[in-house]
Amino acid sequence: MATLLGSEKLSFFDLNEQQKAILFDIRLPRILLGACVGASLALAGASLQSLLRNPLAEPYLLGVSNGAALGTMLAFVFFTQFEFARPVMAFIGASLATFVVYQMAKSRAGMNVERLVLSGVIVTTFLSSIIVLLTSLLDAAKLRSFTFWLLGDLSQSTINGFYLSFAAVIIGTIVLMRYARALNLMMIGERDAFDFGVEVNKTRLAIFATSSLLVGTAVAASGSVGYVGLIVPHLVRLAIGSDNRLVIPFSALAGAVFVVLADTIARVAIAPRELPVGAITALIGAPLFIYLLRK
Amino acid sequence: MLKVQNITIGYGVCKVVKDTSFTLQNGEILAIVGANGAGKTTLLRALNGTLPLMKGEILLDGKIIKDYSRREIAQKIAVVAQENETKFPVTVLEFVLSGRFAHGTGFGWETSGDLQIAENALKICDLANYKNRLMNQLSGGERQIIILARALATQAKILLLDEPTTNLDLAHQAMMFRLVRERCQSCECSAIIITHDLNLASEFADEILLLKTGKMIAKGKSEEVLSAVNLREVFDVEVLLDAHPKSGKPRITVDFGN
Repeated sequence: MATLLGSEKLSFFDLNEQQKAILFDIRLPRILLGACVGASLALAGASLQSLLRNPLAEPYLLGVSNGAALGTMLAFVFFTQFEFARPVMAFIGASLATFVVYQMAKSRAGMNVERLVLSGVIVTTFLSSIIVLLTSLLDAAKLRSFTFWLLGDLSQSTINGFYLSFAAVIIGTIVLMRYARALNLMMIGERDAFDFGVEVNKTRLAIFATSSLLVGTAVAASGSVGYVGLIVPHLVRLAIGSDNRLVIPFSALAGAVFVVLADTIARVAIAPRELPVGAITALIGAPLFIYLLRK
Repeated sequence: MLKVQNITIGYGVCKVVKDTSFTLQNGEILAIVGANGAGKTTLLRALNGTLPLMKGEILLDGKIIKDYSRREIAQKIAVVAQENETKFPVTVLEFVLSGRFAHGTGFGWETSGDLQIAENALKICDLANYKNRLMNQLSGGERQIIILARALATQAKILLLDEPTTNLDLAHQAMMFRLVRERCQSCECSAIIITHDLNLASEFADEILLLKTGKMIAKGKSEEVLSAVNLREVFDVEVLLDAHPKSGKPRITVDFGN
């Protein structure tokens, strides 16, 4: 249905060739990719929250998305000729950002909510400033599309981007489901998990790698769509409780639906002009973040 | 059976536990007693392989503990530690079921057997009607009993309890010790309990291990270990000793000198 919502009213049954082309070559990849991006970000959010025992952990807030964005941007500037350089560099950027935030947030006394969020803020702003410095290397036309992309933008979707993102979602879901029960224990406490038989280090590495893969491919495809990883798992937990064996698959589904809806709003809200989808998700996510922080 | 051979545990140059050896027989309850900072928790945490040893060995059923996987250790040893508050809405039943992790497979959903074991653990702890309540809405004392229920649900042969009665009222302190005692008697299980309550230790433990700044001062029956001389050395206080009117075990009262 989202395929048909647009700035002009049309009937599905009498489309001309040009309109069909728009529907199948532009709209459809955009929706499919949006669904994958939503699923990826929600999966990454749900698993990072359980792993770090923190309902506020979210790829965008932890700086993971910005790490991926910086990676993508470096690929954009230096390796323009290779199509897959962007997701690969995004994955590397996301992994590095995850590692740095985790190291900063960890202390001898363990990790508390405030420390983690602060570390995320520091890494996010630091990476942002590097991104801004790099944008000075771009010409004006590239700069505009890049700024839009940075805010989370699905308007450049291609079917290849979808295939890659879809593969990441499938791999990510399988790995996370494999660790879902271990995450249930990690959510209670790292020491508890260790005492009751979880290989804590292995689990942490698997979750960090998987979430970096998911965030990396999502960001390479659509920029930093913020707060999806915060909103979606939170609503899913409200609905079905916090067993990760349910939270993970349902977050993927709900994340897909959420981003497709948000992108449809972004497309039609001030039609014929478009908003970046990240603006819509942040509009919903930021108040929820404040609510969760005060809880 | 757990055999501790001459172990030293520490961080860097600081040795927290020094040259300690003891054996925990099947069916035995051992209480570890000592002043704050004596290394009790460090010792307990080393026993399930959480902390690396600087020296010595720990043998679990005749095999060095390092040679077990986490899952294998968790099947044999269960821990009742100070609670860790969770921000997620975890139900009591889910919490207790997490004790069955080591018996499941990777993708694992609990079997009906796991569910039955968990519900039974809640039942013997008098918490059967708590199973659908949320952990973060309970009191500290209620959570402490649930932590015991989770340990019982593992069906491990060895229980390690770190100050399990801190948040508990008198009735629940007694219940905690009674449940541990029953478990040890009914299935040849053994338990190691850290406690500051010398009278509960005296009453319920088969043996008492007295620890002072990482060194074992004494180990044996409560009558031998809980002497005025030993307690003065460890806690630097004067105590009055008499006997429990029913069991005859030593009863300790601090002498404030007035």
